[in-house]
Amino acid sequence: MSILVYAEHDNSVLKADTLKTVAAAQKIGGDITILVVGHNCQTVAEKAAKVNGITKVVVADSAAYEHQLAENVSLLVSELAADYSVVMATALTTGKNFMPRVAALLDVAQISDIIAVESADTFVRPIYAGNAIATVQSLDAKKVITVRSTGFNPVACDGSAGITSLDNVINAGISSHVSDELTVSERPDLGVASVVISGGRGMQNGDNFKLFDGIADKLGAAIGASRAAVDAGFVPNDMQVGQTGKIVAPDLYIAVGISGAIQHLAGMKDSKVIVAINKDPEAPIFQVADYGIVADLFEALPELENAL
Amino acid sequence: MKVLVPIKRVIDYNVKVRVKSDNSNVDLANVKMAINPFCEIAVEEAVRLKEAGTATEVIVISIGDKNCQEQLRTALALGADRAIQIETDQNLDALNIAKLLQKIVEEEQPQLVILGKQSIDSDNNQTGQMLAALTGLAQGTFASEVKVEGEKVNITREVDGGLQTVSLNLPAIVTTDLRLNEPRYASLPNIMKAKRKPLEVKSAADFGIDLTARTILLKVTPPREREAGIIVESIDELVEKLKNEAKVIS
Ligand SMILES: Cc1cc2nc3c(=O)[nH]c(=O)nc-3n(C[C@H](O)[C@H](O)[C@H](O)COP(=O)(O)OP(=O)(O)OC[C@H]3O[C@@H](n4cnc5c(N)ncnc54)[C@H](O)[C@@H]3O)c2cc1C
Repeated sequence: MSILVYAEHDNSVLKADTLKTVAAAQKIGGDITILVVGHNCQTVAEKAAKVNGITKVVVADSAAYEHQLAENVSLLVSELAADYSVVMATALTTGKNFMPRVAALLDVAQISDIIAVESADTFVRPIYAGNAIATVQSLDAKKVITVRSTGFNPVACDGSAGITSLDNVINAGISSHVSDELTVSERPDLGVASVVISGGRGMQNGDNFKLFDGIADKLGAAIGASRAAVDAGFVPNDMQVGQTGKIVAPDLYIAVGISGAIQHLAGMKDSKVIVAINKDPEAPIFQVADYGIVADLFEALPELENAL
Repeated sequence: MKVLVPIKRVIDYNVKVRVKSDNSNVDLANVKMAINPFCEIAVEEAVRLKEAGTATEVIVISIGDKNCQEQLRTALALGADRAIQIETDQNLDALNIAKLLQKIVEEEQPQLVILGKQSIDSDNNQTGQMLAALTGLAQGTFASEVKVEGEKVNITREVDGGLQTVSLNLPAIVTTDLRLNEPRYASLPNIMKAKRKPLEVKSAADFGIDLTARTILLKVTPPREREAGIIVESIDELVEKLKNEAKVIS
């Protein structure tokens, strides 16, 4: 079996989630190649070459791939797929965007968001916002899979695989990149932080999210939010945790002024320890919290910052 | 310009689904069903394009048994002009859904196809992208803004790091994210009017596509339930527990 793992990156940093996707690939078993598609992405390729348990790194570096537009990347990946029996990517924005295109070009089904590998053709994935867990068998000879990184532990990075470059550039010519509006933050990524503190509608406005700063500084935490907080414009969309936002599983998740709707729980209920701060003792979040405190968040947060 | 909006009938998002005791699937008997929330946002966007004079006709389509006509009628009440049901009893994989939709795209020649980014039952997030690949069209997934400008459409997408804007040649495929718009409620007069709007039924078998399933659902189990923990009385107690009992902070 030979497996192609698509590296998730921004042309400069290899996302740690890719290390978990490689772990999932190892569970399937076989020769693993990491594919880096981008522009001026040599540092990513070098980092990928260090990932343990892989055979080689293949780099496709071209201006046509700078923004990893799905139309171009999917043509490249489906062409390369001829030499592999499994194509895998992380279920983050890039992978979610182009992988189903690859599957359709290869005329196979895609198995999305796997959280466990039962065998080379059987996978486990959450459905219904995580309220049911499905075990699915793929009948296709070639498999296209996206991996939910919370399901796997990252592989180490002290290897040294070879890097080969591809020079075939495919440009579908039907789409172009206009602009990015990215959130800059000094804090760790939601997906990798070992502590996450999230605020909901109870925070009342974006300014009040500053109440998290001191706590997040002390705990090295990432800051997240519920959909209600994002919809209300308190914080940007990339902070949303949930069924349709980011899926996190930190050691400690602190939910503040969040009621605990199933769509929010879908994004955080695999956290090791959950703390809920809510003034309503009936809030459903308390049903999943290891430690709950019934309190007004505007009093509780400054106290917490002092107590740490 | 024509806009095609594929919609799916799914469990209402407020209902917590239960797994059947024989672990064959989830239990949908007597459960409230609705238009998938992302598909509803897609219908709303198409109707707004029509109201703005950009779109001339909004066609909704659903693939499923007779029951999905209920959701098609809802979409007509929200402002779609006509509906197509592709009748099948099979529970089709996203790829097969995309293949059927491809046929309708060939027949109807829409300039835009707007779909939900994922359905809240299977949570696959595949159909729009697959349809884009099969039709060879550009895609703007997870859209929070759609702006048609001449021969192109600009799509602002919700990505992991924030927002990204791409420009696509028309015709194009769009999938909706939550913040694209807030769908309206259907008014009673519009619900009445929707009953007289055209709804054409086609049979999936008539398209000559091999619809054999590519995946087998072996079993469905309930997730590991978290046990409710304890209510602490003070922040000091909380911090003490996190340090000494849970050992997640130091
Ligand atoms: C298709 C779909 C997808 C969705 N995807 C997501 C998703 O990915 N992520 C997500 O989060 N949601 C998602 N939702 C929305 C979800 O259903 C809920 O509406 C949302 O999670 C509610 O956010 P909230 O808990 O912040 O707000 P609310 O439910 O309004 O809860 C606010 C809470 O704050 C508490 N509170 C208020 N003031 C204070 C105070 N001073 N001190 C302490 N506590 C206080 C209240 O007691 C209440 O419990 C989705 C919904 C749909 C339909």
